[in-house]
Amino acid sequence: MRSRDLGFRLVIGVFAAALLLIVTAIGFELARQSWLSIQKFGFEFWRTSTWDPVAGEFGALPFIWGTLYSSILALVIATPVALGIAVFVSELCPPVLRSPLIFLTELLAAIPSIVYGLWGIFVLVPFVRLLETWTPEALRALPLFSGPPLGVGMLAAGLVLAVMVVPFTSAVAREVLKTVPTTQREAAYALGATRFEAIRAAMFYARTGIVGAIMLGFGRALGETMAVTMVIGNNPQVSLSLFAPQYTMSAVIANEFTEATDELYLSALVEIGLVLFIITLLVNGLSRALIWTMARRVPSKVTA
Amino acid sequence: MVATVVLTACGGGTQQPAATQNASPTIQINGAGATFPYPIYSKWFAEYNTLHPNVRINYQSIGSGGGIRQLLNQTVFFGATDGPMTDEQLKSAPGPIRHLPTVLGAVVPVYNVPGVTDELKFSGPVLADLYLGKVKTWNDPAIAKLNPGVKLPATDITIVHRSDGSGTTYIFMDYLSKVSPEFKTKVGVNTSVNWPVGVGGKGNEGVSGLVSQTPGSIGYVELIYALQTKIPFGTVQNAAGEFVKASVDSVTKAAAAAAANMPSDFRVSITNAEGAGSYPISSFTWILLYENPTDKAAAKVMVDFMHWALTDGQKYAADLGYAPLPDSVVKLEEAALQKIKVS
Amino acid sequence: MNSVPTAAPRKILSALFVGACALSVALALVPLAFIMFFVVSQGIQSLNLDFFIHDPRPVGEPGGGMRNAIVGTLMLTGLAAAIAVPIGVVSGVYLSEYRGTRFASAVRFAADTLNGVPSIVIGVFAYGVAVLPFRHFSMLAGGLALGIMMIPLIARTTEELLLLVPNALREGALALGATRAKAVMTVLVPAALPGIITGVVLALARVAGETAPLLFTSFGNPFLSTSLTQPVSSITVQVFTYAISPYEDWHRQAWAGALVLVSIVLICSVAARLATNRVARIRGH
Repeated sequence: MRSRDLGFRLVIGVFAAALLLIVTAIGFELARQSWLSIQKFGFEFWRTSTWDPVAGEFGALPFIWGTLYSSILALVIATPVALGIAVFVSELCPPVLRSPLIFLTELLAAIPSIVYGLWGIFVLVPFVRLLETWTPEALRALPLFSGPPLGVGMLAAGLVLAVMVVPFTSAVAREVLKTVPTTQREAAYALGATRFEAIRAAMFYARTGIVGAIMLGFGRALGETMAVTMVIGNNPQVSLSLFAPQYTMSAVIANEFTEATDELYLSALVEIGLVLFIITLLVNGLSRALIWTMARRVPSKVTA
Repeated sequence: MVATVVLTACGGGTQQPAATQNASPTIQINGAGATFPYPIYSKWFAEYNTLHPNVRINYQSIGSGGGIRQLLNQTVFFGATDGPMTDEQLKSAPGPIRHLPTVLGAVVPVYNVPGVTDELKFSGPVLADLYLGKVKTWNDPAIAKLNPGVKLPATDITIVHRSDGSGTTYIFMDYLSKVSPEFKTKVGVNTSVNWPVGVGGKGNEGVSGLVSQTPGSIGYVELIYALQTKIPFGTVQNAAGEFVKASVDSVTKAAAAAAANMPSDFRVSITNAEGAGSYPISSFTWILLYENPTDKAAAKVMVDFMHWALTDGQKYAADLGYAPLPDSVVKLEEAALQKIKVS
Repeated sequence: MNSVPTAAPRKILSALFVGACALSVALALVPLAFIMFFVVSQGIQSLNLDFFIHDPRPVGEPGGGMRNAIVGTLMLTGLAAAIAVPIGVVSGVYLSEYRGTRFASAVRFAADTLNGVPSIVIGVFAYGVAVLPFRHFSMLAGGLALGIMMIPLIARTTEELLLLVPNALREGALALGATRAKAVMTVLVPAALPGIITGVVLALARVAGETAPLLFTSFGNPFLSTSLTQPVSSITVQVFTYAISPYEDWHRQAWAGALVLVSIVLICSVAARLATNRVARIRGH
């Protein structure tokens, strides 16, 4: 019987090993294809702004900037909303509304990225353009709001990403809040706390997990491609302005990959892919570690 | 899976007569490249498929840069480009490649200026300055000088260019580099350049889309995209000093001088051509084929297709805003097609 | 503790907080309603029989449709499932049966990592591995890319579900003398099967909506193609191509395609929800 068990374990172990194999293969393949670019540019690649296929000079700074800026902007907009939803659904809303609300937020997560992009181009961008045209002159002078009102640009990208991130962060935050022992809340109420104060206590208790949920949303925003590339303007520049068309790592790969006409160009693009891979790996890893730490303090299981 | 079977079985209009009834098996040939000739290529491949139902030529318009790249990788059978391959690219190819001109087209400056319904006049140097970022508003004296009597608003100019590797870009850059030395040094000529300013759109489609939706913008697209989307486009001053509007006629005139001295590999630039009535931003567009491809069956089909395109196919050009090839060029090409090894 | 703050400001603060939370819910639902409204209203206009039974016509000619794209998406997801379900389910079994081992932790970590890899990066990988060496864009390459994305989803869902199966079942099977293998395959997996199927359906819905990994793997094809080694169209890539074009007709078709996509996703999500609710009720949760 034991040898049969061993055989079973080996066989299914091979399938499980496939997962490990795929992940290492991805990392390896990305590194291999970007080797040419890594050798030529080294660390300068991460600090240079020029993206000049004619001269063969490639620097990824504008793309890293664009990815980080758009994702952080999305986080700033999405986090309060997502946490608000998580709190409302798990603590405040009447039980009859709970299921439908959860279903609706899940629906937001299920909408394909391309549909967000489509809506982005035809509905959001004209709306943002309107917003930009109405911005008072006084604000326009600030670098944050400078530039012509195009509609496409960082603001539109940040908004679309925010909508896409909300359901992820809110779902995980909800799960995390569920694991806070009721004793915590009961103790707070026993001491005369208002609803706000009791919930605040619960959130404080769950703070590691909540930070993990926020980071998960961040990781999602970092890797988003289609919706962003359709509304961000595709201009590799480092700009503080919300109105300026900019570029992200995933967007430049999507736009230029099939046509990188020489080895160095292709290698530079793959190196950007490698950078993206590493950044999302770190962010997601960190977020899962945080959520897991939270889970360890608490008897019940947290699914993320 | 049931849905798949049902849909596949459902009649497909004129596109899918039963392949099993024909003597020859279905052959699918994949190609990719320029968006510039996409409207006429898609028409040609559809027509050819109606005439030869077993031949399916799949053309994906991903930009000239993409066409060259995928052809060099041999992931497609033929490429298409409006910017001829460089000597370096040809050298790096696994085998000799032939450039085969198909039609002539024009790149036009499309614009969206609120309140302006007149047709605007542009000159080469002014276009170059626009794309260098030196001219920033529509009522700039440089533009006003060319357009006396037109009320130009003080709106900021939004430059729209291609975000992908494009032969249309190549043609436009080629022209601007000829008329502005500063442009030549600062930006240069290629399918993908380091843009000083502007917003990027993907494909001719993306640029026309952006211009039509962004007030105050200017972009460059192939003539047919401007005609089909009814975006206003301006006239450009040619080498003889005239302001010419892009048309089948003016493009044909631009090719006249070049046709007489066509090099044997067909790689020639006709921007800023001499001659009265010629449109300065015109160009040939080429299909790229390996001289000695491994798939001989596909080679035979492509050569047959090219013969058709050079004769019957040219009929469709004018309706779609392209100029047919001069007869002298067609003759030279038919001779060149003999060199493609089909067996 | 210092002096107790008076009740009124605290109560007001609490009320404001509750209001803010309710507002966030509304704020999130607004774009949802907005998007659904546009997709349905714009899409329904172009959704006619032509759309489903015709392939695209050259620009400017009427009567084109997205039949090739619909068939393409169905086949691509089918292919992805064929790759991902065996690897995913079996990996999930390993992860739940041999939970504590270091190997299982490594595999779990790999699954979570893979889950977070941006889909465009997977597309780049699939291009290097399945397109370049064979010199062919193909449905296989596209299916591979989508399959890779599905594997971690299915593996984790399977693991979670197997863990939910009451221990009594596992112990009972082993007590009756079954080997581990038999216990798992004949008792545990069938018990968790409805949930596993739900997980697969949700993963399918997720990859059916992916565009980026298909851009340089399955490429595109104006003709209907069912060949594994030829490029194939898909609803997502087609919608992308149409959306960024300047042609009104193509825009309308893009909305229709979006409507089809959203419907597929909606149906799968609702079905999955109903299935899990049924299972939960049977289990007595």
